[in-house]
Amino acid sequence: MALSRVWVYAQAADGDVAPITLEILTKARALADTVECWYAGADADAVAGALGAHGATKVYTTGDLGGALQGVPVASAMAAAIEGGDAPDLIMFGTTYDGRDVAGRLSAKLDRTVLTNNVDIDVEGDSVITVEPVFGGTTNVRTTFSGEGPFLALVRPKSFAAEESGGGAAEVVTVDVPDAGSTGGATIIERHVEEREGPQLDEAAVVVAGGRGLGDADKYEMVETLAKQLGAAPGASRAIVDAGWVPYSYQVGQTGKVVKPTVYIAAGISGATQHLVGMKGSANIVAINKDPEAPIFGVSDLGIVGDVHKVMPKLIEALQARG
Amino acid sequence: MNVVVCVKQIPDPAEPGELDPDTNTLKRDTKLILDESDSYGVEMALQLVDNLGEGEVTLVSMAPNNETSGLRTALAMGAARAILVSDDALAGSDALGTAKVLAKAIGRAEPDLVLTATESSDGYTGTVPEQLAELLGLPSVTFAKEIEIADGKVKVQRQTEMGYDEVECPMPAVVSVTAGVVEPRYPSFKGIMAAKSKPVDEVGIGDLGLDGSAVGWAGAGQQIVEVAAAPSREAGEIVEDEGDAHEKIIQFLDELKVL
Repeated sequence: MALSRVWVYAQAADGDVAPITLEILTKARALADTVECWYAGADADAVAGALGAHGATKVYTTGDLGGALQGVPVASAMAAAIEGGDAPDLIMFGTTYDGRDVAGRLSAKLDRTVLTNNVDIDVEGDSVITVEPVFGGTTNVRTTFSGEGPFLALVRPKSFAAEESGGGAAEVVTVDVPDAGSTGGATIIERHVEEREGPQLDEAAVVVAGGRGLGDADKYEMVETLAKQLGAAPGASRAIVDAGWVPYSYQVGQTGKVVKPTVYIAAGISGATQHLVGMKGSANIVAINKDPEAPIFGVSDLGIVGDVHKVMPKLIEALQARG
Repeated sequence: MNVVVCVKQIPDPAEPGELDPDTNTLKRDTKLILDESDSYGVEMALQLVDNLGEGEVTLVSMAPNNETSGLRTALAMGAARAILVSDDALAGSDALGTAKVLAKAIGRAEPDLVLTATESSDGYTGTVPEQLAELLGLPSVTFAKEIEIADGKVKVQRQTEMGYDEVECPMPAVVSVTAGVVEPRYPSFKGIMAAKSKPVDEVGIGDLGLDGSAVGWAGAGQQIVEVAAAPSREAGEIVEDEGDAHEKIIQFLDELKVL
C-alpha cells in the first residue's frame, strides 16, 4: 500500500545535505513509489548526488534566492506547481527553522493543515497517519489527515535512520519563483557563524548538559570543562537558557534540539518531561542530581544522587589526572 | 507605532497535562495563565515602544470561556488593550484554524508590527507565525533573538543552525521571538491595578466574519485515530555520592570506551 509520490523539502549547508533531510528521504522512499525534493540554493547540482543516493529521483530548485528567507519563495513555488496540477500525496519537512517557515506558508496558501512534531508516518490504505509524542513522550497520538491532499507533515530530527538506496544523482529541475508581492522583503544582510569548538550538539557522540541545579551561571563552566575533556558537546536545559546563562543553541528538549548520543551526562537537571523528550533516546544516560526523586533518575542508566558542586569538580580533576 | 502581540493563555505547565477522553485533545478547563513564551514578546513590544517614545501594545488572544487572566498579566506589564476571541465553535481548532482567527482579529488593530512566540508551550506546533503572516499578506521573520526598528524597517537577529543571521524586513511584518533574550518585567502593583480597567474587546467568530466550517473541529483537516502509551525507558543503577561517585562515572565511561 504505497503512496504514489512524496515531496521532501531538502536543506543543505556548504554543499552538505542536512542529516534530517537524509533521514526523511529514507522514510519517504518506504512510503511512496516516487520521491522528489525541493531545494533552495545555487548549488542544487552539488547536492543532487546525495539526495539521489537517498532515494530522490528529481530535485526541483528555485536556485539562489538572493538573500530572501526560504519560507515565502519555496512555498510559493511549491504552491504554484500544485495549483498547476503537479500535486504529490504527501509533503515532508524537517522541523528546522526554515522547514517550519516553508510548511507554515504552504499550509496557509493551500488551506491545508500541517501536522507537526511527528516521529513516524504510516500509510494505511488511503490514509496517511502521523505519530506525535505528547506529554513528555509518555503518550503517542496517531492522527490522520481528513479531506484532500497534498498532506503536509513536519518531522522531528532523528526520527529515522538515514540509509542510502544506491540511487544515482537526482535530476535537477529549475522552477520559477512567483512574485512574492506584499509577503516578500525579508532579506538576510549578513550571516554569523558561531565559533564552536568540538562537535555539533545534535551530532555529538557525547553530550554534557547542565540545568538549574548548577546554581548560577558561573557554575556552567564545569559543564564546558567536562565537555572539552570528553570531546563532547555542551548542552542545557530550557530553564538555564531562559535564564540567559547559555544561548538557545545549547538547548536540549522538546523546544530545543533532539539528541541521541552514545552518552548523555545530565548535571543538575531534574528531568522535566519537556527536557526528557530531547534526550531519552540517548544510548546511555548518566545523571547527577541531589534530589533522589528527580524524574531524570527514571531514565538514567547510572544515577548519582549527590551535589553537582562536589561530584563534577572531582570528576574533572580525576580526568585531568588521567591525562 | 502599533505593535500587536499574540498571546496564548494555557493550562499551567506545572500541572500535568490531560487529554479529554472524548475528544483526545488537551483539556483546557483549568485555570489558564499567560504562556511564558509570550511574556518575551510582550516585553520586546513594550521595549520597542518605550525606545521609540511613542506607540502602544495591543494584545490579541484566542481562548476558551472568555478567559482573561493571562491577558490581565500582560496588560499589567504595560500593554494598552486586548482583543479576545472566544467562541465554542473554536474548540478543536488546529494551528491553521487558530491563525485564521488571529488574522481576522489582528486586522481590526491595523498594526505596524505583529509579535508572536516561536511556538506555544502546550501545542508546540510552531507553524502559526508563518500561517498568520501568509493570511495577513505580510512578510515575516521567525526565531528573532533581537529586534530593532530603524529606517522604517525591522532589523532582526534570527537564530540559525550555525549561529544567527542579520535580517531586515519591511513593515508591517510578523516577527516570532525566541525565549530568553529579554527579561520580562514583573508587573508593578500600579500596573496590576491599571490593568483592571484596560479595555478587553471580546468577540466571537461572527464578529470576525468567520464561518464555523473554517475553524474548530470542522475546519481542522485532521482526526485523531488513537492515543496510546509510549514504550518507556527503564531506570538503571542509582548510587548515593559518598565522595567517590565520580569514580563510578569514570568506570561507566571506560566500559563504554568513551574515554
